[in-house]
Amino acid sequence: MTVEILMPALSPTMTEGTLAKWHKGEGDEVVAGDVIAEIETDKATMELEAVDEGVLGKIVVAEGSEGVAVNSLIAVLLEEGDDATAADAAASAAPAPQPVAAPEEPVAAPAPAAPQPTAQAAPVDKGSRIFASPLAKRLATEAGIDIAAIPGSGPHGRIVKSDVEAAKAGGVQAAPAAEAQTQAVPTAPSLPATVPTGGSYTEIPNSSIRKIIAERLTASSRDIPSYMVTIDCEIDNLLAMRSDLNGRSPEGDGAYKISVNDFIVRAVALAMRKVPGVNSSWTEAAILQYDAIDISMAVATADGLITPIVRNADQKGLAEISIETKDLALRARDNKLMPEEFQGGGFTISNLGMYGVKEFTSIINPPQSCILSVGAGEQRPVVKEGALGIATVMSCTLASDHRTVDGALAAQFLQAFKAMVEDPLTMLL
Amino acid sequence: MAESSYDVVVVGGGPGGYVTAIRAAQLGMKTAVVEREHLGGICLNWGCIPTKALLRTAEVFRNAKNAEEYGLKISGLEFDLKKIVERSRGISKQLSEGVGYLLKKNKVDVIDGHGKLAGKGKLVVEKDGKKIADLTGKHIILATGARARALPGLEPDGKLIWTYKEAMVPDVMPKSMLVVGSGAIGIEFASFYHTLGVDVTVVEVLPRVLPVEDEEISAFAHKAFEKDGLKIMVNATVKTLKKGADSVTASIESNGKTTELTVDRVIMAVGIVGNVEEIGLETTKIEVDRTHVVINEWCETAEKGVYAIGDLAGPPWLAHKASHEGIICIEKIAGEKGVHPLNTLRIPGCTYCHPQVASVGLTEAAAKEKGYDVKVGKFPFIGNGKAIALGEPEGMVKTIFDAKTGEMLGAHMIGAEVTELIQGYAVGMTLETTEVELMETVFPHPTLSEMMHEAVLDAYGRVIHF
Ligand SMILES: Cc1cc2nc3c(=O)[nH]c(=O)nc-3n(C[C@H](O)[C@H](O)[C@H](O)COP(=O)(O)OP(=O)(O)OC[C@H]3O[C@@H](n4cnc5c(N)ncnc54)[C@H](O)[C@@H]3O)c2cc1C
Repeated sequence: MTVEILMPALSPTMTEGTLAKWHKGEGDEVVAGDVIAEIETDKATMELEAVDEGVLGKIVVAEGSEGVAVNSLIAVLLEEGDDATAADAAASAAPAPQPVAAPEEPVAAPAPAAPQPTAQAAPVDKGSRIFASPLAKRLATEAGIDIAAIPGSGPHGRIVKSDVEAAKAGGVQAAPAAEAQTQAVPTAPSLPATVPTGGSYTEIPNSSIRKIIAERLTASSRDIPSYMVTIDCEIDNLLAMRSDLNGRSPEGDGAYKISVNDFIVRAVALAMRKVPGVNSSWTEAAILQYDAIDISMAVATADGLITPIVRNADQKGLAEISIETKDLALRARDNKLMPEEFQGGGFTISNLGMYGVKEFTSIINPPQSCILSVGAGEQRPVVKEGALGIATVMSCTLASDHRTVDGALAAQFLQAFKAMVEDPLTMLL
Repeated sequence: MAESSYDVVVVGGGPGGYVTAIRAAQLGMKTAVVEREHLGGICLNWGCIPTKALLRTAEVFRNAKNAEEYGLKISGLEFDLKKIVERSRGISKQLSEGVGYLLKKNKVDVIDGHGKLAGKGKLVVEKDGKKIADLTGKHIILATGARARALPGLEPDGKLIWTYKEAMVPDVMPKSMLVVGSGAIGIEFASFYHTLGVDVTVVEVLPRVLPVEDEEISAFAHKAFEKDGLKIMVNATVKTLKKGADSVTASIESNGKTTELTVDRVIMAVGIVGNVEEIGLETTKIEVDRTHVVINEWCETAEKGVYAIGDLAGPPWLAHKASHEGIICIEKIAGEKGVHPLNTLRIPGCTYCHPQVASVGLTEAAAKEKGYDVKVGKFPFIGNGKAIALGEPEGMVKTIFDAKTGEMLGAHMIGAEVTELIQGYAVGMTLETTEVELMETVFPHPTLSEMMHEAVLDAYGRVIHF
């Protein structure tokens, strides 16, 4: 019996992907669990593991092929007793992609290296069963929307079709980062520069991630009436508390090294709790204000930007935040994040402080309403009670969607944030 | 003279009004219903219920006539028109009284008279032209219903040219009859009279009978009616009705040709008009569009504190729509959580002719027009064991799905008992089913409902029994 290996869907949004690499060649023996190929989606690269054992009989889709449709035949595995011609036969009789309703799973669909997120398998943070109509679940899956992030308007809060549609209209997408660095792109009209401006150049093909980022950020910049509010925070107390805390870190297991950014994540989380209006999405029908405080952090990777999420950040201590953000950032750079680790989130933080940037602005990461751009903490002259002094000051700029967040609300949020950053002991409350 | 103030005053005690009043009382509001004629409205007294009683007679008669097919011998089968009508009226009376009892049980005041808006939050009630009460209501819900539409030149006279009211209480059986209009009401009367032996012709101005149904169902119904001996003219307009002593001669224009047809009686079933007159609308900002009060999704009119529901407020003209709309309206007023506007695509519609017709949601054509890429499933009664055992092998079940999402967009049925089956799909659609849940549902065997399963399977190329 030959086993068909089909293009897997690694994320709910994925309709096609790139077959980045074959780890096995035709004729190679394969046992269940072997990584046989690498699939690149629009957001990440994932390893494809074999679920059956046998010999890789035929590779149908060559390495490097782009736009390979989900569920199309990519290879044929020969089981014991099959001869090589069986693979050709199976390959040429390649079935059409399975219809949605086909009750039987493809015989041996290779499992993605990790469980694939589905609408039913809600992100762990909500833990409990999610009440959604079958149609809502399916629509959310197809749109790549984290159904757990959608408020339900049906009986007992059940999530129904119209909720998903509202979320879709509001752009609740599995959105990768809208991030600070892209802000540096010159504001010249973005006419497609099909003709180079002269001189020699190197052509760098756009990865899926790059294309998605381009699309999303263009849409964000075009469709969201955004505005900026900047505030300066003195962080000398915070720095002192940080070195004090880090000095108490245990050796070995449980060791931590809290960064300024970890304080910022916690301060943002607590400020979001105080001013929940910033944790929201615009939809035509309603403003969706999220219950959970999930914070996206912009992380630059070689391929582009990605925004892993610290979920329920308001319920996490500094050490926990520190360990989690480090792990997420590391795996983001290695393209090892699971989709549910970067899909969703209610607020984004972009921190370019480590580059010595004084202040900057960011493009909002839709469907979120706000993104906070954090500059470097630097010594600046400050005037206090009529006298000139020196303080370490950090400028933070909040970009907000005016449809959901009015100026006063943005200012209130920044005020709450500043209060905590300047008096970090209050963050312990 | 009574002078009372209420939280809610409902004008009209039909399925819209009385249901709303009971719900209002349940929600703790002091409530009154003003009804000028009969509790239960058109539905219980001159609509849904008495027609179903008549059609049940027709069904029993039809089965008795076909007794031999079932191995039975019945001789001397006859009907007694007076008793048929008495039975139907008796059932109406019983249910109307039942409504009175329900209102009393829920402590809703029933005021017998004609209600009329009289300024902000005020209503006067008149009886026989005399004012009998002044009421104030924080919320006034208009549910005055509708009546048969009259076409100029073809006005019913109640003797030779009937509306549904006269058609429901015949004292002699006409020999021949013309039914103008092939909507649910026209077809039901045509089916009743035809089954009892009247020579019935149905004239429909549109190209097909039951024009709101799916085209395929219309075509199926047309064939089945004709096979049964009912005469049908589509694309045909009744131009004039000339009254004789005990007959009417109709001139009917069809495809440029005019034919004359002389019949004993004519039933006009060309739609309804809302009862918007004499209820004081002119004293308000309320807008009326083609005899129906204009409302928003919460049944609010342009006048604050005044609402409209049911037939008065527009289509679909169905009792269950009127009731459901009333519930939404009053729950919204009471500030209940989780109230949703009415989704008309989830309101089933039934016609109790032979064979029965039932549907919910979009027709195939409407779905395509809306841009859906559809998957359509069909299953014929002839493939269903129970249908054959019942001696009802004629009919079909049709399902329509959005190919992209698997959302069930519509279901359309014709055949025995389909009016009792359609709610299965209505529940499914309300729960936002996709094809998968319907496929996974276990349907009992042998039942007609198995066809509902098969029609879903068929849409995905998996039908078993056909
Ligand atoms: C022959 C026939 C068969 C039908 N069959 C079906 C069917 O099978 N299924 C179905 O769903 N629908 C059927 N209908 C339609 C159904 O009857 C109506 O949709 C339904 O009755 C509408 O309810 P309503 O409460 O809006 O109005 P109505 O039932 O018309 O009730 C309005 C009430 O208000 C009273 N009223 C009016 N004005 C005033 C006033 N100023 N003051 C006090 N009282 C007033 C009237 O006396 C009446 O009792 C049928 C209709 C007809 C005519």
